[in-house]
Amino acid sequence: MDPSLSFDQAPPISVPYRFFLAAPWFGVMAGLLLAWSGADALASRWTPGALALTHLIALGFMLQAMCGALLQFIAVAVGANVWRPRLVASTVQPLLLLATLLLVAGLLYGRPDWLSAAVPFFLLAIGGLVVVVALALWRTPATGMTLWAMRMAIGGLAITVLLGALLAEALAHGFAVPLVELTDVHLAWGLGGWALILLAGVSYQVVPMFQLTRPYPPWFARWFAPLLLFFLVAWSLQLFPGDARWSPMIALPLLLILSAYAGITLWLQHTRRRKIHDATSLYFRVAMLSLLAFAVSAAAIFLLPEIAADPRSAIWLGVLALAGVFVSAITGMMYKIVPFLNWLHLQRLGAPLSAVPNMKKMITAEAMTGQLRLHVLALLLLLAAVWLPGLSRLAGVAFAASCAWLGWNLVAAVRRYLDFRDRIRASGSHR
Amino acid sequence: MSTTAPLLIHHKHCDELFADAEEACANNDWATGEPAFARLNEQLETHFAGEEEILFPAFEAATGMTSGPTEVMRAEHRQMRDLLGQMRGALAARDGDTFGGAAETLLILMQQHNMKEENILYPMCDNALASSAVAAALAECLKAPVSSA
Repeated sequence: MDPSLSFDQAPPISVPYRFFLAAPWFGVMAGLLLAWSGADALASRWTPGALALTHLIALGFMLQAMCGALLQFIAVAVGANVWRPRLVASTVQPLLLLATLLLVAGLLYGRPDWLSAAVPFFLLAIGGLVVVVALALWRTPATGMTLWAMRMAIGGLAITVLLGALLAEALAHGFAVPLVELTDVHLAWGLGGWALILLAGVSYQVVPMFQLTRPYPPWFARWFAPLLLFFLVAWSLQLFPGDARWSPMIALPLLLILSAYAGITLWLQHTRRRKIHDATSLYFRVAMLSLLAFAVSAAAIFLLPEIAADPRSAIWLGVLALAGVFVSAITGMMYKIVPFLNWLHLQRLGAPLSAVPNMKKMITAEAMTGQLRLHVLALLLLLAAVWLPGLSRLAGVAFAASCAWLGWNLVAAVRRYLDFRDRIRASGSHR
Repeated sequence: MSTTAPLLIHHKHCDELFADAEEACANNDWATGEPAFARLNEQLETHFAGEEEILFPAFEAATGMTSGPTEVMRAEHRQMRDLLGQMRGALAARDGDTFGGAAETLLILMQQHNMKEENILYPMCDNALASSAVAAALAECLKAPVSSA
């Protein structure tokens, strides 16, 4: 039998959990760093503090969680079986963790040797992940827009990491490269080409799934990722000397595409069949409203030079994208995935099904909605702190607290899993 | 129309029945919830029967694959039947929390099951069973709900 057809190959539970459990604590570190450094960190996107904060969230929180989710999701959604997932996860995750800490410390303390040291770890961790995931994605017999989105996203991740490695080496060794343009291209690929295309590809499946909405319009699912990639390539041409007047003509359609994704997702949720609200659906709303706010703000920055001249406008966009869009969407997803994986793996142990607690007993609804409220408060404080620097420390503390609560909720869920697993094994009813 | 098209349409029909039953029971509206759950249960059983008695045997005969995807799907049908049983018990005991927890679990299990079928197994069946009589048999089995969907 073709091995790719045995599509029960959901990876062992430790594969996604290893990444999920680490992610929130990078958010805690980011919050504490902001609380410690105060308003100075948010003075411009180029301060050591801002660069360190960005990478704590983008690599520590987002990339950790997204790697775990990707290894879980592609097996189930598109039948793509990753080669030796346990080995891949237990190699990639600690390497990524180490690389992130080195890079963040290098950016924060201006240590070229640490930046340089982080590069091979990133290339090894992400390079390895990209190769095994890409192989699995090209071998699967599945079809559909989600599969294509996954393939494009993994390409976007590879480009982001290569550009990031180039930037780190350029900073470390003083290479003559256009740093500002290279950074803009690197972040566009990271946030757009990797993270947003992955989120959209996952959304095509999970938004209709969790909320019983209508499917995304086929024309949208077909064109969103390819158009986004087209404009990202066009955006990347700024690396070569040319006429700067073109950049709004690339950026504005790009922002329109982002708005279309956010608007359609909100509309699908609004007209959904399932009337019950939960933390996941509310988190998705926060993410999509943040994405709309990001698109409108970025358009204003491109069209009104006096806004663009204020260095805080870039920080505003960063808070919306990182804490508003991605931390929200990822947290909402983890609140659905973790209770389900707990249930799925427990009942696979072979206990009578009635002995396995249902999803709502894995993380309580109160713990999830309480944490959601704190996250929204932290997000609002962070946005306010961009313009009212006196709020920076308070915003940092609030964000650290909301991430710690998320981390605790996930730890509690894993403890519940281990507790029930031991009980099932002790009862002797397992296979 | 492809061989598995009636099953795809029927997935959506079952989703709607699920939303009706879940909403009523979440609001402790047991008078509406009881018949809504009965309809959901009946239609899911019809769907399982269409797959287990018509589609899967035809696919297995055409491809020789008896221990692959269809076996996984059958196992997941058993899990869904167990969760339906828990929901039935909670409904009888008027226990909204237990009903809601089992319903949430059924929904996610059912949706990821449908996703695997729609993205992977059904396209394989459409390839293996083109121009067979399976499409007509499935349409007949799921007739009532499909025409009313």
